[in-house]
Formats: sequence, structure tokens, C-alpha cells
Amino acid sequence: MKILVAVKRVADANVKVRAKADGSDVDLANVKMAINPFCEIAVEEAVRLKEKGVATEIIAVSVGDKSVQEQIRTALALGADRGIQVDAPKDTQPLAISKLLKAIVEKESVDLVIVGKQSIDGDNNQTGQMLAALAGMSQATFASELIFEDGKASVTREVDGGLQTISLNLPAVVTADLRLNEPRYASLPNIMKAKKKPLDVLTPDDLGVSVAPTLITVKVEPPAERQAGVKVESVEQLIDKLKNEAKVI
Amino acid sequence: MSILVVAEHDNSTLKGATLNTVAAAKAIGGDITVLVAGANCADVAEAAAKVDGVSKVLAADNAAYEHQLAENISLLVAEIGKEFSHILAGATSNGKNIMPRVAALLDVAQISEIISVESADTFKRPIYAGNVIATIQSSDAIKVITVRGTAYDPVAAEGGSASVESVASVQDAGLSSFIKEELAVSDRPELTSAKVIIAGGRGMQNSESFKMLESVADKLGAAVGASRAAVDAGFVSNDMQVGQTGKIVAPDLYIAVGISGAIQHLAGMKDSKVIVAINKDEDAPIFQISDYGLVADLFEAMPELEQQL
Repeated sequence: MKILVAVKRVADANVKVRAKADGSDVDLANVKMAINPFCEIAVEEAVRLKEKGVATEIIAVSVGDKSVQEQIRTALALGADRGIQVDAPKDTQPLAISKLLKAIVEKESVDLVIVGKQSIDGDNNQTGQMLAALAGMSQATFASELIFEDGKASVTREVDGGLQTISLNLPAVVTADLRLNEPRYASLPNIMKAKKKPLDVLTPDDLGVSVAPTLITVKVEPPAERQAGVKVESVEQLIDKLKNEAKVI
Repeated sequence: MSILVVAEHDNSTLKGATLNTVAAAKAIGGDITVLVAGANCADVAEAAAKVDGVSKVLAADNAAYEHQLAENISLLVAEIGKEFSHILAGATSNGKNIMPRVAALLDVAQISEIISVESADTFKRPIYAGNVIATIQSSDAIKVITVRGTAYDPVAAEGGSASVESVASVQDAGLSSFIKEELAVSDRPELTSAKVIIAGGRGMQNSESFKMLESVADKLGAAVGASRAAVDAGFVSNDMQVGQTGKIVAPDLYIAVGISGAIQHLAGMKDSKVIVAINKDEDAPIFQISDYGLVADLFEAMPELEQQL
């Protein structure tokens, strides 16, 4: 089974990203960049499937400028076999990314796509579902467990009320939730080896896809800030404040 | 403007998220049609017809829609939705699962989790875990949108008298099938609609101590939530997680117990009206956004709180 994982370069999860003062964009100057945490979980799951003998090859894809090669190398160091960078503007939108991925899925005859359920920058939560729709594939979003039997994938999903398990025909798209696995750390020898793994660069034209956006960001701004309130001395005082000042109980 | 709202339901009852989504549809303005797709869901269609502001209900009642499988429902929504200017659903796990598929089938973008309608084509939505609010303008002919429920007060569930039309179209992609569901059973209110929430974090130390929160919750008629740290540590189940990638809540009162206040948790609860933090670390970031902070050992404070309520 051939697996495709898509990885995204985002601001590190520990960074509190802010809007620029002029409202034109977010300020990412000197911000530490990393692989999106959900994408890392997707890569880990693919690597585990290869270790179990379910998968034969893992292709790691990222869409963006040359800098995304760093995140592809991270995926290669974790165990992906080869990488593809699609050289496109870094703010390419989910629908266009899905079309690019669909073209690669078809070109490479991929059986399973694993992506993160959302990226922590745009918080869109769209790409996996869009790819599945465009390619006419089954999907399981928010996966916390993935089992293969009889040529089908049985996936447990984290839904609002608890857990749901569905069965998917292959090829399929699975989007990873936090509890699917805990990603390993790449070892130094594997990081060195990753540098020698193949990494191809394609353009949207190569794949026959237009990446022109239909959404424009008019402006960005900070959210309404909450002010720190008061410290109370005791449980008694807290209850008094909630009853008589805030009037919420 | 004509707006299609995809109803959130479990085949027997119409879920509250639908009422928040209809409120967003009203903010856009225009005729509002609600689509109820399910199996043996006539009661839901009738309930939807009574919702304030709804002019028509489309009922697609077929076994193919029973479990809201994304492949089937998205084909139906895209087929019906191409006659509308806007297609809306709540940003629930169901809405998030189905709507991007609908958008892709219609070859348009999706605008996720809007919190405000600026005009028929311009919306505000949080990005970067809510640290930035983006204003987005769409040039697509059909706007496919998910709505963050906490940003809109629900419309009245009664008072409307829409017509109900049944939809004959059956879309069965045959790509996936339902196996089972394990839903948490609780007498307490649902997290996303509760007026009061008490939530525990890593400081709770184990699942046993969540019983203290449950006792307080029962006195306040509250729902019990948790931070990702508490869920990851296995103290409680995933459906209780509040945060950037869990549930987004905005109750009248949110009591954070043993929660330090990571960006990702704050993203899920900082729009609560009143926030209380109870933590023994007086430098915990949660205190910076709390209206009332109590620096105390939760294992002493919680029993005391329960007693005094």
C-alpha cells in the first residue's frame, strides 16, 4: 500500500502569533517555524503502518515556497521515503492545495492519504475532506484509531458526543486527531539519512492546477482583550462575588 | 439572497447548534431553508419547521443518511445547495466533516467558523487559535460556511411555521459504512450549550478527582469539561476537551480548576462571560484572563466549594 502524507509549515505551537499593527497580515518575522503538530501525527501513523508491513512506501508532500523543504525533511527523518515540494505561494488556499494533492494522488496511484485534521495557523480544517471529495474517495476525519482488515480501513473518529467507528473502502483519506498516536523524535542518524532521500519539486503547472485564490483577507486584527480581574482570598469570598457581583450563580 | 442551513440532529431531536446557525443566516439576510437529512427523521423536520425565521424545510429521509456519512450527505447538500447563494452549517464535528466536501464538489472555497457577518460576502473568523481575527471576503458564487455557535445567540425554537417538503433524491456513494458509536451518557447539560462549565486540567492528577468537579457541577447545573492535558493523560474522555481543537464554549460562568491556561485551551473558552480560575500556582497564565482568581490547592478548595454552594 502506498501512502501519501501532506505536511504544512506553520508557526510553532508555543508562539503567540499577533496581527501586524497596520492590520495587513500576521507578524511572522523571526518566529520559529515547525511542522504542524497534526501533520506530524499523520506522518507517525504512516511510519507505523510501514513498520507493521501494511504500507510499502510513504510520500511526504508539502505545498509552499522552498522553505517548506525543511518540513519535508522532518517527515523524511521520521521515516517517510521520499518528498515532493509543490512550489506555490505560501498562502495557497485549501481548495487549491486539495487539487494539487489530488493530482499527485492520481499520478502516484496512492491507496491511502493521511493528513492532519487542521493546521494551527489557518484553523481551517478543510484540506483532507476537500481532497476526498475531489478524488471521489472515502474519508474519516478526526481519527483516533486506524485498523486495516480485509482490504478496508476501520477508523475510530472523535466526534462531539464521544467516539464513532466507520469502515472505509480504499483509497481513502484519513485526518489525524491528537490521540491517534504520539510522534517519535527523529534520531540524529535518521536526520542525516533524510538529507539523502529524494525530494522532487513540482509546479502547479506541472500538475495542471490553478492556485488562484477566491478568498481575500481584507484585514487582520487582535481579538478583544480580556483584562485580568481580581484575586479572591477564599472560597467564601469567591461564592459571594459570583452571587452578588457577577450574579452568575 | 437564499440561504440553505444544514440541520444538526440525531434523527429524533433537532440539536441546538442549528438555532445558532439560523441566527447567522438571519444576519446575512434572505430566505432561509433548512435541510434535514437523516433516516426516520420526520420529528426533526417538524421541529425545524417551527424554528423562528425559517421559511422552508427540506426533508431527505433515507437510510443512506442515517449516520451522517460525509460521502453521502455532501453529495445531497451539493446537489440541493447549488440553487442557493449561501450554505451554512454549525462548526460541529459533523459540520466540519461534511461542509469542506460540499465546497469542493461545488468548486468553491469554504469559510470556516465565522464569528461575524460583515456583509453577504465578508465575514470575520478567528485564526491562530483565536489570537488573530481575520476579515475574509469571498468572490465565489456560492458561499459555503461553518458557523461558530458561541458567536451567535440561538433563535427561538418555536414560533415559525415553515412548510415541509420531502426530497426524493437518494445519494449513496457506497464508499463508507457505519460500524458503531460510543456516545458518552450524562444527565448534565451538553458542554456547548451549558450556562455553567467547570473544567479540570493536569492539576487534577487523576480521573478519580474529577468526581469533585462533578459534585460541584451537580450543585450548579453545570457541564464538566477538561483541558487537553487532562484528556491526553487519560483522566477523562475526549468529548470533554475544551480548546482550539476540542470544543469551543462560551458559558455565563467558566470555572477552570487546575488548568494553567495554555494558548490552545484559552482559544476554546476565553469568550466565556465570567471566568474563575482556581490554581495553586499564582503565576499561572489562566489568571491573566480570569475575572476571579483563587490561589489555592484545588484538593482543599473543591470540597469547600461544594459544601458552601
